[in-house]
Parts: sequence; C-alpha cells; structure tokens
Amino acid sequence: MAKTLFQKVWEAHTVRKLPNGQTQLFIGTHLIHEVTSPQAFGMLRDLGLKVKYPQRTFATVDHIVPTNELKEPYSDPIAQEMIEALRKNTKDYGIRFFDTTTGTQGIVHMVGPEQGITQPGTTIACGDSHTATHGAFGAIAFGIGTTQVRDVLATQTLALSPLKVRRIEVNGKLAPGVYAKDVILHIIRVLGVNGGIGYAYEYAGTTFDGFSLEERMTVCNMSIEGGARCGYVNPDQKTFDYIKGKPYAPKAADWDAAVARWASFASDAGCQYDDVKVFKAEEIRPTVTWGITPGQAIFIDEKMPALETLNAADRQTAEDAYAHMKLAPNTPIKGTKVDVCFLGSCTNGRISDLREVAKYLKGRKVSASVKAIVVPGSQLTAIQAVHEGLDKIYIEAGFEWRGAGCSMCLAMNPDKLVGDQLCASSSNRNFKGRQGSQTGRTVLMSPLMVAAAAITGQVTDAREVFKV
Amino acid sequence: MSLAKITQVKALALAVPGDDIDTDRIIPARFLRCVTFDGLGEHAFRDERTGPDGKERAHPMNSAQAARIAAAKQGVMVVGFNFGCGSSREHAPQSLWRYGFTAFVGGSFAEIFFGNSTTLGVPCMTLSKEDLAECDAFVRANPDVEVTVDVEKLSVSAGAKTWKASIAASARDGLVKGKWDPIADLLEGTEPVAKVAAGLAYVAGK
Repeated sequence: MAKTLFQKVWEAHTVRKLPNGQTQLFIGTHLIHEVTSPQAFGMLRDLGLKVKYPQRTFATVDHIVPTNELKEPYSDPIAQEMIEALRKNTKDYGIRFFDTTTGTQGIVHMVGPEQGITQPGTTIACGDSHTATHGAFGAIAFGIGTTQVRDVLATQTLALSPLKVRRIEVNGKLAPGVYAKDVILHIIRVLGVNGGIGYAYEYAGTTFDGFSLEERMTVCNMSIEGGARCGYVNPDQKTFDYIKGKPYAPKAADWDAAVARWASFASDAGCQYDDVKVFKAEEIRPTVTWGITPGQAIFIDEKMPALETLNAADRQTAEDAYAHMKLAPNTPIKGTKVDVCFLGSCTNGRISDLREVAKYLKGRKVSASVKAIVVPGSQLTAIQAVHEGLDKIYIEAGFEWRGAGCSMCLAMNPDKLVGDQLCASSSNRNFKGRQGSQTGRTVLMSPLMVAAAAITGQVTDAREVFKV
Repeated sequence: MSLAKITQVKALALAVPGDDIDTDRIIPARFLRCVTFDGLGEHAFRDERTGPDGKERAHPMNSAQAARIAAAKQGVMVVGFNFGCGSSREHAPQSLWRYGFTAFVGGSFAEIFFGNSTTLGVPCMTLSKEDLAECDAFVRANPDVEVTVDVEKLSVSAGAKTWKASIAASARDGLVKGKWDPIADLLEGTEPVAKVAAGLAYVAGK
C-alpha cells in the first residue's frame, strides 16, 4: 500500500501500543535548550531516573544569550543561572552541548541542520514549538512540553497519537521579490491559525522542489503558526547534498546506504492524504501581518480588512488587533512608520537570508529614525557571513551586527522593544508583547522587506525600494 | 507512581473570552527566565492584567471570582477557540494550574497546550460553538454556581444545564484511570524500545 512519509516514519519508530490507545514512539533525536529543559532534569532527579540514550540528545543555548555581550557572567543573573544549569545538566548526564565557547552555538533549529544531526526519516523532538523546522529534511519533527522532555530523557520515547496528513501543494515560480516567508504567511492567512490542528503538513509541488533546504526550513518552521505541530518536505537530492560532509552526517562507508534509506521514506506516488490544498506561486505577493496573530496578514499592496467584512469571531480578534497595533481598518499598511527592524530568528536568520539582503543593501543607508539589528541565527552562520564580508555591508548600511541567538524574536535576552515601538521583523510571531514590550507592535515579513523598512522607515514594498 | 483518578472536576468557573489566546499572553516570555516552575501562578496573564503603567486592567483574572478560585486552588476556566496556541512552553498550563485552575472548557485547544495540560492532570474539554456560548453566558451570570466537568461521562454541567463535551479518548482514559502522566507506561517496555533503537541506523550514527 502506498504510504506518506509521515506514516513510514511513524511505523519505523513505533515501539508499541499503550494501554490508553496512544503509540509509544521512539524519538531518535532529542534537542534541548536552556528554557524548557531545567525543570525536566529536575523531575528526572526527583524520580531518580537516568538519561537513557545520552548520545541521542543534543543541547545548545539560544533564548537567553545576549547578542552584544560576550563575557560572562551576563548582566542578567538569571540568564547566567540558566546557562550554568544547562552546563551542569549536560555534564552530569553526558550530553553533547554546543556551548557559546565552541563556535557552534546557535538557535537549536539551526544547530541540528548545520551539524548534520537533522536527517530524513527520523523523529525529532524538542521543547520548542518551532521544531517543525527540521521537517524540511523529511523528518517528523515537533515541539513538546517540559514533562515530555523528561519522558524523552528518561525513555527516549513519547506517548503520542498519530496525526492526519494534509498535502499543501504550491506550484509555479515565485515572482522576483517574493520569498519562502511570503509563501508560509500566505498559507497561514488562507488556512487559518488553527486550520492545522490535528494535522501534519506535507509541503510539496514544484515551488518546493525548486526551493533550497534553507527556504524549505523557513516554511516548515512556521507550521505551528498555522496550528500544525509538524510540517515536512519529502527528501530529495538537494536534501542529501545539504547533509553531505556535515559533522554528524553518515561517513563515506555508510553514505550510499543512508541515501537509499532516506529516499525510501518519501511519500509514495498514489498515497492517500486526509486533505489536499493547492496554491499557485504566481498569485503570492510580498506578505505582511497587520494584527496580533500570524494569520492576520495581507499582501503589501492591499488594504487592511474592513471590520464589516469579517465574521463575528474574526471581527472580535481584529478589533483587539487594531487597538493593539494602533492601525485603522480599511487603510493601507504601506507607509506605516517603523521604529525597529529585526533581521534574524529560526525562521529567517540563515546565511541565505543574510546573503539575499546584503545583495540589495550595498550603498543604502538605514533611516535615521530606525534602530536596525541583524542577528545571525548561529555562530557558524555569523562566521560564514563575516568570511564573505556580509557584516561590513550591514554595518556600513547602519545595521547593528550582533552575536547568535533568538534575540528579539521573543526578547528573553536584553534585545527588546520599548513602549509601543513598531518592529518590522523577519521572525515568526506577532503576538501581543512578543518582542519584550507589553505595548510593542510586530509586523512580520520577509528579510528583504525588513531591509526595505529599515531604509525607508516605513512598512513598504521591497520590490519598489530595491527595484527588484 | 500512583496518581489520582480524575473523573470529575467540580468548582467555580471563570470565563476568559477570546479566540487564539496564545501562550505568550498566558505567561509572557520574561517569566520563562527560571529553572523551576515555582511561583509562575502569580504571573498568569500578567500583561493582560496589568497595564504598562503598573495599574490593573479590566480582565477576568482581576475579578473577585478569580481570587476565589486562587484561594480554593480549584477552578474551571471557560475559554474560546484555539486556546494556548503558539509556543510549546509548559510554563503556560503550569502557571494557570498553579494559580488554581484544574480544568479548561473551550471550543478548541492548541495541541501542545492540550498535551501539556492533560499530562498535569488538567482536563481540556471541548464544547460545540453554540454550547460554549451558552456555557460562557451561564458562568458569567451565575458566578456562585459550581461547574461540573465530567471527564468520565463527557459532559459539562452547571445548575440545570448540561452540555455534551468531548476530549481525546486517550486523554480521557489516562485521566479517569489515574494514568495521565505516561512516564510509568513509558518506563516499561525497555526491550521493545531497545529493539526499535537497534533497527534505526541513525541511532547508531550510521
């Protein structure tokens, strides 16, 4: 019988059926960071349990690391306590820690792919909702809570129920100036922020075939913003090429067998999906959010929705959104004043993002009224960018060049909005208060749109600013 | 590990309306700067409850009803659709549970939030849109009437009203049998776990 990748991976990792009807699923790769793991280690100690497969858990520190101070102790003593707790826990239990001193630290969803830990046909869990990022490689990857982090540490398994699979096909070629970020914002806008509850999203079609692994990661990353805990792209030659030579990639003697195994996990032709949705790439334009959920999005040249066009529930959320965002219904978002620009995050903090923006940024200057920061997602990305001279382009344009981490995506470190500042952000969430100020405002967009906002001081169309 | 069988939660209720209430709103990220869950209860919905000027805002969590629930250490929160969306932070249900909420009733729940809650022994029951509106209105009009969340019989009732409720069968089974924390089951079956691990080349680094 023809099967989806989801079904194949699920079956390969099924240990047994639990008394409550759920599946005990083997988690081949477990990623941890400093925010959602310390309590899990605490539970482990309380229960007197050990880490069952320490070599299958990998740790890094990302949420709390400052991006503009290298020396410890950090100015935030709690951040220092958290990094030290992770150092102790990983040392006590023999877990590999990609620490800040190693040159390999970064956002957990960047470290996995960079190290070749993220592989097709695997199960990956992490106490972080953006774990679906790893689905770009054809892995079943999803976020878990802290008690589940304990479960994986203690047993390398989880109690789970299978998901339905929705195939989201995007076909055709994106117009210049339209990016993977626009694709996922558009998908979420159309299918809704809760449309994916109960589903794994399989992203497919010629647009995804043409995407690089980094573009695929951008899309898979935001699956959770559409309500889907997990999203993936079937593995292909591009996937294998990306992994080849990475530190944890299979070695030469094992390589061919690994590729054959990985390829066999791709969804079979003729397999059954629980649902299929089809989009045309040509119809997608640069997309920005205007509200307080990622689904409240429009094309840059559209007006924000008039309240009377919305149903009762959407209208209530929209009224709340307009009040928070200090924006008016039925007006263009283009021209809205921007105070801060943030280029980074596990959605768009990769080398391809930095290169694409740098291409257009040469010779341009950030508006005097804007604070713009660029935060490479990982130390390896930062090192590569410096090697290519990208840092100089950003600094000359007026961006602050920062160290690696999650930074202003969720502002657990010192990078925060102040008051009701409006931030043009390449991150993934525009929730109220998300960027560290209760009244702060976030407009999500692609990296090039962030750069256009930085230069003009407004939410604007990057295609016009950069003559794309 | 012996756990209480959670067949029913009978307690005062608080309506917290709105759809797509995300976990950043339930517990803002700055309160995640911690290495234990202790003390999270007092920060539940912090930025919804307190304005930037430090003054209390109009929010159900600032009501006398909320205070009664906090004092009783049990309560039912009646919410909208897609409650708990966003981040996987268990800090969100932990903060509401530590505040005093021992059951949620809503239109739908984000998956990770749902799992995090039921693993704490806090049922998340789903009502139809019409029934939820009725339940929400009842709870507001009758703050002194206890709401009964019946996990076993799959219903929510208050006064003379009873609404049909649903919850994932596996979660219901775990709650009513006192096995809502799966760790005991997962720790069994060491042999089949080893067998699956041995069959996965990547686990051996190949």
